[in-house]
Amino acid sequence: MAQDTQPASAMQPLLRLIRLPNFGIAPKIAALVLLVIVVLTLLAPWIVPHDPLAMDPLVRLKGPMEGHPLGTDNFGRDILSRVLIGGRLSLAIGIATAIVAVALGLVIGMVAGFFRTADAIIMRMMDALMAIPSILLAIALVALNGPSVGSVIAAITIPEIPRVVRLVRAVVLAAREEPYVEAAIALGSSMPKILIRHLVPNTLAPLIVQGTYILASAILTEAILSFLGAGVSTETPTWGNIMAEGRMFFRIKPELILYPGLMLSLCILAINLLGDAARDMLDPRLKKRAG
Amino acid sequence: MLGYILRRILAVIPVMLLVAVFVFALLRLTPGDPAAIIAGDMATPAQLERIREAMGLNQPLHIQFITWVGQLLRGDLGTSLISNTPVSSMIAARFGPTLSIALLTILMSVCLAVPMGVIAAWKHRSAADYAVMSFSVLGFSVPVFVIGYVFILIFSLKLGWFPVQGYTPISSGLGPFLLNAFLPALTLTTIYVALIARMTRANMLEVLGEDYIRTARAKGAPERRVLFRHALKNAAVPILTVIGTGFALLIGGVVVTETVFNIPGIGRLTVDAILARDYPVIQAMILLTSFLYVLVNLVIDLSYSFFDPRIRY
Repeated sequence: MAQDTQPASAMQPLLRLIRLPNFGIAPKIAALVLLVIVVLTLLAPWIVPHDPLAMDPLVRLKGPMEGHPLGTDNFGRDILSRVLIGGRLSLAIGIATAIVAVALGLVIGMVAGFFRTADAIIMRMMDALMAIPSILLAIALVALNGPSVGSVIAAITIPEIPRVVRLVRAVVLAAREEPYVEAAIALGSSMPKILIRHLVPNTLAPLIVQGTYILASAILTEAILSFLGAGVSTETPTWGNIMAEGRMFFRIKPELILYPGLMLSLCILAINLLGDAARDMLDPRLKKRAG
Repeated sequence: MLGYILRRILAVIPVMLLVAVFVFALLRLTPGDPAAIIAGDMATPAQLERIREAMGLNQPLHIQFITWVGQLLRGDLGTSLISNTPVSSMIAARFGPTLSIALLTILMSVCLAVPMGVIAAWKHRSAADYAVMSFSVLGFSVPVFVIGYVFILIFSLKLGWFPVQGYTPISSGLGPFLLNAFLPALTLTTIYVALIARMTRANMLEVLGEDYIRTARAKGAPERRVLFRHALKNAAVPILTVIGTGFALLIGGVVVTETVFNIPGIGRLTVDAILARDYPVIQAMILLTSFLYVLVNLVIDLSYSFFDPRIRY
């Protein structure tokens, strides 16, 4: 690891994040669990015993048996293969959502924080967007745009944006009063230069923390959307739509919900714990207060 | 004070107007013919025309918007495309179950979460603290429907303590109502408790470090009084705020929980509307829940000065 070389200043929070110093055992276990899940899902196409879509009417709703370590679903598809393959799209949707929400929130938040005239309008719009319960907004977006991966990502991203905007705006408002920003303005630095050189680095640490929380909540939201029938179509398995399909057979085969549910929960738990550790690390003030 | 209340109430109007604009734009600005989106791929031209007629899609956008807002202000939420009944009466018929479960959830959550948070902060870094924190991280991480199914599996199918699914209105007796409503409310409580306990703990920790707490202890005030009178009262405002912002979480949770437990509330109404592409119902539900959210937060804002007399307007 590059922890002993001299990192560029903007990279420092990132490296500190990777190093994970003494924050007890929880973040370390969380990192390990997440690593295992990510590696398993990434390698899934090569290691799973069956094609996740291959049906076998002879072994419908069976318990663990030879060739099917976790049993089979109502179409005789292998549960283990489906759960591992399903993680790929769930994680991909989560990561895409986190990146897009942070990027858009960063731009909008910077504009709101730096330009007084835009601020009032943008923030009122964000208030309104936050007033709409995110699950319902996402449902409506998917209902209108169809159950494609892209529309699911958009549907989960849009309700997350206001939180990022608020965060970035708060950081920018605080930073723009700093002498070095005033100095940069006085020296006639161009606006994009001030924003990118002086303000973006300030937002980096809180955004990393916020990004991990968005990642966790996006994976959760994907599952909920699928469960409610407004998720990615079942041709591609995700943790969410595997559980949605398992609903009908819950009484005879609860594993159809429990296994993907367990993977999903472990994954989100690990991300949340890492997010908490990152927050404590990047914001010592919060650490003193919360824990 | 009265001026503040008035200003605060008036501030709801622009927010709700913007919510209405968003909801309006959702359908109209989606690429493609809105009527075709609602009707699906199999629709006949006659069906499309009926939808355009029913939703006023034939008129120019600004006229559509003004007509629609005018109808909303008169309490007309539109007509369902499927059952052809007014959306408002559909919602009214389904509101009771949702409201009673939501209220039961809030009651259970606050009664559990606030003492949990207080104890966690009081016994900071103790086993109790770690237990509360672990529970709260867990509550954030497990999807609410998985919690619901696990509860059904354990308490209904294995132990047989509760009926598996279904709903009995409170009017047929408190006992039968609770028997059906307890598990769904408990399911929702887990996520809500996670949120409130965490917030209570964080704020109690901050307040417990204040000078006046040390003074209260020094003058010999009993610990219980220090915790609840001196500390909790000062930590109340952020806790109340999170109960309000968590209301959105609760709404999302209700939609899911009603599906798991087969409760005929507005959550189920929404899910059925999605599956049937009954857009007027979806639209009305978004508006209504947003309005409730804004309203709940307004009431909480106004109650600050009750809990913290230092806040004067």
